[in-house]
Amino acid sequence: MANLKPVPSAREFDLSRDSLRQLNLYLHKHAVEEGISRIGVRNPDGAHSIACGLDAELDVQIHGHVGYYVAGMNQHASVTIHGNAGPGAAENMMSGRVHVKGFASTSAGASAHGGLLVIDGDSSLRCGISLKGADIVVGGSVGSFSAFMAQAGRLVICGDAEDALGDSLYEAVIYVRGQVRSLGADARFEPMTDTDRAAVKGLLSLAGRSEDPGTFKRVASAKSLYHWHADANQEY
Amino acid sequence: MSGVKLEESAGFDRHTIDYIQRAAATGLYEIRGLGAKRRVPNFDDLLFLAASLSRYPLEGYRERCATKTVLGTRFASKPIELAIPITVAGMSFGALSARVKDALGRAATEVGTSTTTGDGGMTAEERASSKTLVYQCLPSRYGFNPDDVRRADAIEIVIGQGAKPGGGGMLLGQKVNPRVARMRTLPEGVDQRSASRHPDWTGPDDLVIKIKELREITDWEKPIYVKVGATRVFNDVKLAVHAGADVVVVDGMQGGTAATQTVFIENVGIPTLAALRQAVDALDDLNMRGTVQLVISGGIRSGADVAKALAMGADAVAIGQGVLVALGCNSDTYITDGNHVSARDDYAALGTAPGFCHHCHTGRCPVGVTTQDPQLELRLDPGVGAKRLRNYLKTLNMELTTIARACGKQDVHHLEKEDLVALTVESAAMAGVPLAGTSWIPGQGTAP
Repeated sequence: MANLKPVPSAREFDLSRDSLRQLNLYLHKHAVEEGISRIGVRNPDGAHSIACGLDAELDVQIHGHVGYYVAGMNQHASVTIHGNAGPGAAENMMSGRVHVKGFASTSAGASAHGGLLVIDGDSSLRCGISLKGADIVVGGSVGSFSAFMAQAGRLVICGDAEDALGDSLYEAVIYVRGQVRSLGADARFEPMTDTDRAAVKGLLSLAGRSEDPGTFKRVASAKSLYHWHADANQEY
Repeated sequence: MSGVKLEESAGFDRHTIDYIQRAAATGLYEIRGLGAKRRVPNFDDLLFLAASLSRYPLEGYRERCATKTVLGTRFASKPIELAIPITVAGMSFGALSARVKDALGRAATEVGTSTTTGDGGMTAEERASSKTLVYQCLPSRYGFNPDDVRRADAIEIVIGQGAKPGGGGMLLGQKVNPRVARMRTLPEGVDQRSASRHPDWTGPDDLVIKIKELREITDWEKPIYVKVGATRVFNDVKLAVHAGADVVVVDGMQGGTAATQTVFIENVGIPTLAALRQAVDALDDLNMRGTVQLVISGGIRSGADVAKALAMGADAVAIGQGVLVALGCNSDTYITDGNHVSARDDYAALGTAPGFCHHCHTGRCPVGVTTQDPQLELRLDPGVGAKRLRNYLKTLNMELTTIARACGKQDVHHLEKEDLVALTVESAAMAGVPLAGTSWIPGQGTAP
């Protein structure tokens, strides 16, 4: 028994000393091999592609601001950014959870298929663009062309939305609490149902928020662009 | 009425009148499949100067002529090694049936080359049948997922396509069956319009970061290709190289599509011949020949085309339409239980005939190649298709090595521009090779 080493439960990387490659390789391979599930990252200093391509139930805590594509293509892992995130946070996420405690730049959650992306602050242009099934909760406001061509999933916006919200939507649904500067092509407001309110309540709860679900509006596709026809005013 | 001569207008010929009247009747542009039908300068306009007294040929049937091709040597720790420099271009499941994708993989594997996914994700069939599979990352990101990224042998970031550079993909509702819809996360039967821009990056500076993300996700193992539709090729290739591509794929305007506006197919982009020269010039300008590999596509049909492309500086070619034709596209018949069955009535039902068909967009392919119809797709047996495609690819490779040997090359990659001349002033200018019988390259120096 005396020869047994205690199994470490956590590992910390300092990107002022360790390389991004060392960090990501560890997250991809060695963390699971070593039985480490909780990893801290210090001094990210806006580095790109931190914790991208994860494929295990890891808990990654990043202390500081990150650049592009944090937690890109995430599967299974929970990644928390205690700071702001650059473009493409949690892009193409398949499952798991990504939480940006600050603000997120453009294309947050782009093309994400599953999992939950929480942004406590505002999210810039094209939040949820090409969304394919993930859920996104934004505590603040979103920029123009958010949920552009979003195919499936839900985008909850606790603040306002800029121009062209939900342009060319497919089956994704947007819930927005504040003002909408304009809707995009084929997007329309629809009545909130009990099912919608329950969905918003559940998502807000998962995001740790307490807004009243009854104060949200529903935006979905009018489906007038689902098929080619001559009277669509060139909006294809 | 003797002496009366019917005179057709050059500007408003029957084709133009038909176009205007169709537009007036429908209010929509025409959509069709395959590539440009207009005549543009192409590889037919080049000829080889084989060995004679000033060059020494190889024995055509005996001496070894290497065809091994390695792609992705710049940064990837696992470059792709191919037996031949002829690859199968990206074509989607959705545009093609799963049986066709299976056939492509089988044939490519048998001849030792790669095949490529398309705008619809990776099917289990094509992964299983393809020893070497290039996985496309397209603006739509339909079906794009990290498991398939890890299963792939290379990643190809698609910026554009020769048939429609600047345009997104298109798949009409009749081809969006339940499986296609599920893979693309779309409603069944929807007229799918793909994005033309990637959702998470917008320019060359972003592309640098996107490529690094994919390298991080794949632990720097897999080659990253960047594919562009041929427009401003010189600048685009340089930007792709600066962005960190291992391989640049340039698709000329003769490249095919499953469905796009005719006005796009015929009027946007530049010919493959011109695109290839500009791409090679760009690599030369950066001193990157041999470091970044170049794949050219768009209307490659024969071993002669392949040889000319390699002589101009390509490392490999990618073929789409030629592959489909090998499978039976535009054939009179399809093969069932070893018997040829006429498909002429089905062509006629589409308003076309074998040799003229470009109705891939309808999903009613008479020979079962570009369809999702459960009955029509049975017209292409994957085993038969694979054998035909294998034969085609082997033939191209034999033609390629025949020409290379005649030019005195022990390796097809030793073919060089100096081996070529052009038949026309236009092709000489585009390809940057001398007009036959002269030393004149238009645009480079003075006329003799």
